Formats: sequence, structure tokens, C-alpha cells
Amino acid sequence: MLRPRITPCLLVKNGGLVKTVNFDNPKYVGDPINAVKIFNEKEVDEIMVVDIDASVHQKKPDYVLIKNLAAECRMPLCYGGGVKTVEQVGEIISLGVEKVAISSAAIANPDLIAKAAEVVGSQSIVVVMDVKKVEAREPYEIFIHNGTKGTGLNPVEFAKAAEHLGAGELVINSIDCDGLMRGYDLQLARRVRDVTNLPITVLGGAGSLKDIATLIELLGTVGAAAGSLFVFKGSYRAVLINYPSRSEKDAMVPRARQAVFDATQCNA
Amino acid sequence: MISIVDYGVGNIQAIFNIYKRLNISVKIARTAEELAGAERVILPGVGSFDWAMARLNNSGMRGTLDDLVLSKGRPVLGICVGLQMIAKRSDEGSLEGLGWIDAEVKKFDRAELSQSAYLPHMGWNDVEPRCQECLFKDIGGMGRFYFLHSYYFAPKDQKTILGVTQYAGPFASCVRAENICGVQFHPEKSHQWGIQLLKNFAEL
Repeated sequence: MLRPRITPCLLVKNGGLVKTVNFDNPKYVGDPINAVKIFNEKEVDEIMVVDIDASVHQKKPDYVLIKNLAAECRMPLCYGGGVKTVEQVGEIISLGVEKVAISSAAIANPDLIAKAAEVVGSQSIVVVMDVKKVEAREPYEIFIHNGTKGTGLNPVEFAKAAEHLGAGELVINSIDCDGLMRGYDLQLARRVRDVTNLPITVLGGAGSLKDIATLIELLGTVGAAAGSLFVFKGSYRAVLINYPSRSEKDAMVPRARQAVFDATQCNA
Repeated sequence: MISIVDYGVGNIQAIFNIYKRLNISVKIARTAEELAGAERVILPGVGSFDWAMARLNNSGMRGTLDDLVLSKGRPVLGICVGLQMIAKRSDEGSLEGLGWIDAEVKKFDRAELSQSAYLPHMGWNDVEPRCQECLFKDIGGMGRFYFLHSYYFAPKDQKTILGVTQYAGPFASCVRAENICGVQFHPEKSHQWGIQLLKNFAEL
């Protein structure tokens, strides 16, 4: 049986790991390679590393860091940040990364999704949508550049377009829920799930294993990603890398999937 | 000595590191000279079929590889696209495969997938071994392995199937024909199960 994926999402800034709240206030939490070593021991399902400086500062992907991460990871690695061209996607895959995440560049130039998928295969192309609630309009909008620039695009529509172009996975990242640890935006996840046949991964807001279990209950085989949950412990947010054990993970796979849809859990 | 074929595709370093930690002698081969004399060969792969095939064909190692596997009978393990390349052809591309096993690579049929099965097949799934020896020795029944693919290896001779995984019905996730082995999953990314399988390959 294909299991849900529980994925730590690590953010890199100036070569160090950070964690943000609502895409802001990055707090230094450690060294990326060291974190990967700890996550190896914890047998994580997969890991996602996003360089949050790269796109904003028009930097190229840090190939040295990527190569070191890929060599260290005993689990699948998805890298994102500053990826703008098909050549960069090919280069990153050549370094031993399983999946490349494209965000701003895919939104500015959706054709990049198709071209990259043609070269490295759809299975390695992940499209990340950073999404914010915008009351005035159709409830959700995709933002770029670390949540600072609106695009006017609706994530549900863009999800369909990305699948059509050849994406292999969609990551739905809620800016409103980021770092708050009050649960995922389930309504957003449900909306995207309903329009695509791609695997999806939901990011933003997980504060407990219960939040992850709720997402799995709702969507079945899904990717549940989290940042704060796996790097902080306790109410004072002490940095401590943690991850559920195999039996804790198994317990989260529901026997009877009675999807109870409880509208927005995230109280952003 | 295990030689990992580095033709610019796939996670060479992760496989190399696992063998280093296991104290199993391993090297990375980037040229025909470096590959010649290999006792065992690992053929990794990610990306699309044609992309990987073209790189292998242009690597200068193709002839040596064919010779090691077909004439000298050295054990080889294809991983992911490295397995798919062992087939004669693929739905994903137009280039010819290595053709070491009579098989073709097919795309999962969307129509056959249940509503909750998405493509690509991505994540951790079970592999049911047909034999508890050789590659699946000491894995303890169903091993869990990481998959990332939309195409699967369909061998003509069902007897070559060594491991079966369920996704839109059963498919061959591990095959073996004499010295030629392949796995659709990524053992180098599958924690203890993958490490054990790589160890078993070294002891074949």
C-alpha cells in the first residue's frame, strides 16, 4: 500500500537553516547538513529543502550545497529556490536530487514546467504554490517572492494548468498558516485535491501529529509537510529536531477513511 | 569491488556512501577504462528514458557495459530508470533500450487507477518478494521502498519477477534474469531496507 508521505521542509538562508512565521522573521535553527544527518537517523519519508534567498535576490541555485545535501540524504530530496531554467533543473537532477521544486519561475513562465518535464521526466518536477487568502477576491491567490508579490492567479486554476503542462507533484503552501502551528488550511488542500490527479503535498501550519493525521484522514495518500513541527519542541520553540517513529506514522494511516471535512482549521 | 556507472544521471554519491559505510569496496566509473574489469556494476538513473539513454550512449561506457554484462556475466543492478533502460523500449521515449531483458516499459494506465491513486507513483510502498533469498535476504518479508515513477518495467518472462508492488494492480518492482537485476524503487533512498538490498547485491 502506498503510504502518506510525512516530509520535513527545511528553509535555507545565507547557508543556514531558518524557520519563518507567515514567511517573515526567519529564525536561525541550525546547519542544513547536520539536520539532514539527524533526519537520516529518524528515517524520514522524504525531505524538502528550499533556499528562500535565491529567487528574491535573483541568485542561482547553490550547487555545492545541493550536491552535499544529496550525498548526505538517505531519503529522497526535493530542492527548491532560484530555479529558473531547464538547464538548472537538469543540473540539479544530475547532482543526485530526486525532485526539483519550481515556484516563481513556473508562475511567470508556465512553459518551463513542460520543458523541464520533457528533459527530466514529470516525476521530478514539483510546482510549489505559495498561497494567501485574499478576502476581496476569489478566496485564494498565489504569491511569489517569499509571499510579498501577488500574482492574481487562483491556485485551483493554476493546479489544473500545471498538471496539464506536465508537473509531477503540487506543493500547496499556506502563507497564512506558516509557522503558526495551528493546523493546515484544509479547505485550501481540499480544493486543490479535487481538481488534480497529481500527488499533492500540503505545507504550512502543522503544529502536531494530530494535524497531520487530520490531513491524512481528509485526503488519504497525501504528502504532509511541516517545518516548525519538526524543528521546534515545546511552547518556547526550543530548537530540537524531531520526527514521528515508524509506529506513530503507521497509526496515522486510517483504516476506514471517514473523511470529515471540518472547514478551515487554520485560524489565521 | 562494485563499480557505479556515472554517466551524469542519478544519485551516484548516495549509493557510494552506503557501500563505504558498509565497508564494501566501491568505486565510481566515469570512463570505459575505469569501468573495465568491474566485478559488479550498479546502473543508477533518474529523469526521462531518452534523456538517460542518450547520456549513457554518449558516455563512452556503453560498449564496455554491454561486454561486462552480456559476455562476462558480471552482476548488474539497474535502479529506477537504470532498470527501465534494461528493457528493449519504453512508452516514454523513442530511443532503443539496452535490451538485456526481453521487456518493455509501459505507462501506468490512468483509466485503471482508482480515484485515489495518483500519478506519478510517488512515495513509500511495499515490495512483496517472490523469494526470500538473494536480493531480499534478511529484509524480513515485505520491505518498504521509495518509488518515484510513472512508467513500469513489464518483462515478457514472468519468471524474472522477483518482487511485486501494488499500484493500479501488481507490477514488477524487482526483476532478475541470471546476472541482470533491477529495481524500480530507489534502494539508496530507502533507509534500512534499501541498505540491506544493496548489501545483498554485493553478496550475490
